[in-house]
Amino acid sequence: MSFSWAKPYEPKHPVMRWLDERLPLPRVIYGAIGGGYPVPRNLNYWWNFGVLAGIFLTIQILTGIVLAMHYTASTDGAFNSVNQLIMRDVNAGWLLRYAHMNGASFFFLVVYIHIFRGLYYGSYKAPRELVWMLGLVIYLLMMATAFMGYVLPWGQMSYWGAQVITNFFSAIPVIGEPLRIWVLGGYAPDEAALTRFFSLHYLLPFIIAAVVILHIWALHIPGSGNPTGVDVKDERDTLPFHPYYTAKDGWFAAAFLLFYVIVTYFLPNYLGSPDNYTPANPLATPAEIVPEWYLLPFYAILRSFTADFILPAKLWGVLAMFSSILLLFFLPWIDKSPVRSGTYRPLFKRFFWLLVIDVLVLGWVGGSPVKPLTVAVGQIAAAYYFLHFLVILPLVSRFETPLPLPMSITESVLHGSEAEVAPAPKTQRRAKSATAAAE
Amino acid sequence: MVRFIGFLIGLVFAGVLLIAFIGNLASYFSSPPEPLAADEFHLPPKEVHFSSDGPFGTFDKRQLQRGFQVFSEVCSACHSLKLVSFRDLKGLGYNDAEIKKIASDWKVETPTINPDTGEPSTRKSLPSDTIPPPFPNEVAARAANNNALPPDLSLITKAREGGAHYVYSILTGFQNQPAALLKKFPDAKTPPNLHYNPYFANLNIAMPPPLTTDGQVQYQDGTKPTVDQMAKDVAAFLVWTAQPELQRRHDAGLAVTFFLLIATILAYLAKQQIWHEAHRSVRIAGPLEPGNQVKTRRAKSKAGVAG
Repeated sequence: MSFSWAKPYEPKHPVMRWLDERLPLPRVIYGAIGGGYPVPRNLNYWWNFGVLAGIFLTIQILTGIVLAMHYTASTDGAFNSVNQLIMRDVNAGWLLRYAHMNGASFFFLVVYIHIFRGLYYGSYKAPRELVWMLGLVIYLLMMATAFMGYVLPWGQMSYWGAQVITNFFSAIPVIGEPLRIWVLGGYAPDEAALTRFFSLHYLLPFIIAAVVILHIWALHIPGSGNPTGVDVKDERDTLPFHPYYTAKDGWFAAAFLLFYVIVTYFLPNYLGSPDNYTPANPLATPAEIVPEWYLLPFYAILRSFTADFILPAKLWGVLAMFSSILLLFFLPWIDKSPVRSGTYRPLFKRFFWLLVIDVLVLGWVGGSPVKPLTVAVGQIAAAYYFLHFLVILPLVSRFETPLPLPMSITESVLHGSEAEVAPAPKTQRRAKSATAAAE
Repeated sequence: MVRFIGFLIGLVFAGVLLIAFIGNLASYFSSPPEPLAADEFHLPPKEVHFSSDGPFGTFDKRQLQRGFQVFSEVCSACHSLKLVSFRDLKGLGYNDAEIKKIASDWKVETPTINPDTGEPSTRKSLPSDTIPPPFPNEVAARAANNNALPPDLSLITKAREGGAHYVYSILTGFQNQPAALLKKFPDAKTPPNLHYNPYFANLNIAMPPPLTTDGQVQYQDGTKPTVDQMAKDVAAFLVWTAQPELQRRHDAGLAVTFFLLIATILAYLAKQQIWHEAHRSVRIAGPLEPGNQVKTRRAKSKAGVAG
């Protein structure tokens, strides 16, 4: 699709030729994830997490479909259908449920690594802006899906989580409260909310799958990025996706799944809240209402706004929480540096790692009980989050001097061996690459 | 334009956060939060070993049977075990006849309808029934327990931080209120009908000490029924009620891990074989990697080599 040297599909088997002439599905697959997709030869292991995210989406859909066969979406039956029927009576039901529960966590873990890889290597920059934005759409859909899935067992944290999250709507002036009641189908989470969450929780993953196809489609127009951020120049810079990257993704996926399997079988409840093993009780608020770990940084941002300043604190919190994700859609235009890879951006690199620490701190604050000092730490961390993207990044991209880029991917891969044996023209080359970077 | 608007939004959010930060610290220093008795005197669960602990944990069936005995003779007076069926007790090592007897001898009968009159009635339990709760509903349970509700114990070791360790600590943690606590927090005296227990979140639990004397339960297998032993046995039993699949899960987990490990090794070797054709290991950490360039330059100047 992307490069002139991409191998066209040549059906080997007569059946495939027959099919290809009538419906070129094998051709599409060959061009997308087969030998017909040339990929930069220098991808490191951070590039494996896209395929892993696809694997986890598949695991979630497959386990979810079977779980839905045994689940009862009613406030009287939900808790027991999960904790009695599925966990005790359905054959391997405990495995399906634990795989689904922990699969959600691992899906987010993989996607977070994928997103931060994109942030470090400038994967959001031209010509891949739409790839990045479609990825963010997937991420938003994932958060909605995960939230609604967490409500389904109808435990204490399910109920109170639904209560807290749907309360965001009531922060909107004037239409907020009617909107909240409309979304919930009542004044508080109840039967109506549970059944619609179940319906949407079943629907959204398929929409995610559709957006994933768009995400991959948009990616295949310019082709994959790479750790140097330098564009692919000729055939020597690439390797066909199959067998090279299928083999690399394959072994790494097996290694990563090992990690997932160990958590699922030996620590299945480590990432969840014990409170969700108590049935929902609208009359008893748990001591701490905490979302799942993957939403904690945003929860910390929400809770950091404790002062009414012109607008009520709650509205500030909700605005900031949504802005914290929406601003990522504008990242391709906020960061104007022509150099993609953080490896060649000394100043950017430092701020990137500061952001990683900042998000981890926000996660920690989001999971801690509300105490004045933890809230204070959260306020500083939340302020840095916004300053990083909206103030620091534009300034860095304006004032930073990037390091010289390699001439091509092949040069960087082949350890610059030519340059090493002939040191004299090296300075010349460097100057050239610096001008190339400036363009 | 995008950057300009973003810049302003960033400053506004940071500014509002700064105001909140200052307000937060000001109120913290002007009126520091008062310490609570529960913050200082609450204890984490005791260190005690259960055979189900850890990734290779298993069940000790004799201990589970003893724990079940403690549950049925002591705990079940107030606590239900709604998610467990009599037939599940097979997991403790009972045979079908024993389970049938346990079910029909259970002191509370299973609610049913009188087939002749249609009136609510009860009948002897069958192995397929869930263990009948001691009280028909929440109101009855509260009425009999000073308005406190004894929680269902089916999932208690999953529903509390610390699991079996927590249950064991609560059962053996009843004591008199320490003098130091009353001295520091005179208002925190345990109210009547509550019982001081430092392992309970707010220190005062409604449940009276259930295991009070050694020999309260007569074990069949010769184990000495001390309070400590009974607490441990019933906590182990409640691990089983919450996770009857635990041992199977651990066994399956080992097999799956082993299988996947082999698969990973094979897939890695396949990858090495395929990439061998691409000649070079692919990474950007060559001499052109900026960090390495700096190092090379430094080494060259140190050695006095030109370039």
